[in-house]
Amino acid sequence: MSQNGVPLLEVERLGLCRGGRDVLRGVSLGVHHGQIHGLLGLNGSGKSSLAYALMGCAGYAPEAGAIQFDGRDLNGLTITERARLGLTLAWQEPARIEGLTVEQYLAAGMRERREDRMQAALEAVGLHPARYIRRTLNSSLSGGERKRIELAAVYAMQPRLAILDEPDSGIDVLSLTDITGLIKRMAAEGTSVLVITHRDELTEACDVASLMCEGAITVTGEPSIVRAHYRTRCRPCDILLARQGPDRTLAAPGPFGPGGGLEARGREGRP
Amino acid sequence: MSEFEAMAAAYAQAGGDPGVLASPTVASLVVSGNRVLGAHPVPGIEFAAEEQPHGVKATIKVLPRTRLATPVHLCFGLLPERGIQEIIAAYEIGEDANVTFLAHCTFPNAVEVRHVMDATMRIGRGAVLRYAETHFHGSSGGIEVLPTARVTVDAGGQFLTTFTLVKGRAGSVVLDYTVDVAEGGVAELTSRILGSGQDRIKVVETIRLNGAAARGLAKARLALSDDAQGEVVGTTEGNAPEARGHIDCVEIVRDRAVANAIPIVRVSHPQAQVTHEAAIGTVNRKEMETLMARGLDEEAAVDTIVRGMLAA
Repeated sequence: MSQNGVPLLEVERLGLCRGGRDVLRGVSLGVHHGQIHGLLGLNGSGKSSLAYALMGCAGYAPEAGAIQFDGRDLNGLTITERARLGLTLAWQEPARIEGLTVEQYLAAGMRERREDRMQAALEAVGLHPARYIRRTLNSSLSGGERKRIELAAVYAMQPRLAILDEPDSGIDVLSLTDITGLIKRMAAEGTSVLVITHRDELTEACDVASLMCEGAITVTGEPSIVRAHYRTRCRPCDILLARQGPDRTLAAPGPFGPGGGLEARGREGRP
Repeated sequence: MSEFEAMAAAYAQAGGDPGVLASPTVASLVVSGNRVLGAHPVPGIEFAAEEQPHGVKATIKVLPRTRLATPVHLCFGLLPERGIQEIIAAYEIGEDANVTFLAHCTFPNAVEVRHVMDATMRIGRGAVLRYAETHFHGSSGGIEVLPTARVTVDAGGQFLTTFTLVKGRAGSVVLDYTVDVAEGGVAELTSRILGSGQDRIKVVETIRLNGAAARGLAKARLALSDDAQGEVVGTTEGNAPEARGHIDCVEIVRDRAVANAIPIVRVSHPQAQVTHEAAIGTVNRKEMETLMARGLDEEAAVDTIVRGMLAA
């Protein structure tokens, strides 16, 4: 799972403020080589903001903390530079780049254009290559199709670390098997995966999971336990329920269940 | 090199296949300046071309029920740096004919060139005309392009046209197409133009949906950079029951470029419907970031988005 125990991606106490609101509050996270790391959390908990900050998107430069990728500080690097180091992101809501064909889109991220890789990528997301390769990314594609093509593009790229932002949203339940299969296949081929979701079923494919709440990582550990916590404590959100007083100070996370590799994190997301 | 060979070479630069210009099995018409260098009709197609002081007056007829497996190739251009070319063309597409015209207009050395295309087109009942015009200009921008078309689409006919100018400098372009569409007819007008430097581009597309269930789409794609300026005036009229029209304009501006879009929607029948959409702005940030996350640098990402938009 790891090389010399050093994570491929290491996030330390990341802080980000947007629109006067702390959207990331001391987030710490590690993704090891070949690992599938699930990031669970309710809508608005900061998962996508973390993804954009990791990728270096405009408006998401962190005010605090550090991001190391394979031992290199990503601070100040452009999106392109991060991508060329092997980091990429599949957007939750893929861009619709008018006029671009599926083939051109897949090829854009490939170091070497390979037809067989493009075909395999489309097949891996349940799309028939002959039917899709020449189509354009326009409104004739459904949201689910665009989502699958986005995932295929990331798979075709063969990145070292793929951040998949809610790959399961907007896709029918039957396709969840395709998505899970794709994630496992990516990991088997050496791509580490940080998969963001608010559907806990997806964590079944993960080696480790973290739970995010109000901009902080509250729990990291065995997926089954994090999942149980998510089910019992986040629906409804016990932190919101436990808010006390007019200052809306968050209650500290309570006991997290019966252990089993579970690691509680404080408000800054640190153990 | 003969003038024909030079035109064929320029035709290839514009994206055409020069081999077809000499093929006896493919219909083609080659005009350089005011000289007709080649006219190869095939059964079902008739050309008549008359040289004028500054160009050519041509009649192009497609006989009724003609169906061609290969497109008709038209090659117009001017090789010298300076000059005028005026093409006055009348197209008659007979009933139930189904043809594709590929027109390449090439001005590779233009420094002070004026190209006028004044066309009248009649698409007969049930006929289909696909007319794709592609321009190739040199890098100086010293060219004035004035394509004008007055088109009549008879009942059940279809006029599907694209105007593409994405190679070389656009120069000064005023494209002015007006199409009258009868019952059950279709008009689809697409223009794609890349402007840079001091280019001035104006696209005027008017579709009058005069017959019941007539359909029209006026689609414009402009990408402007440097100090280029562009304006798209799209007018669609719904004048009959069940007529359906749509105006779709996208313009990308960069640097100091300026773009205008003026959609005019006019409906004179209560059962007609015409819609419009226009988007003008810089390159979409998310699209750029998406491509950059695949490893493209910013310039390559912008180029990919612009090229995609112009291909749409």
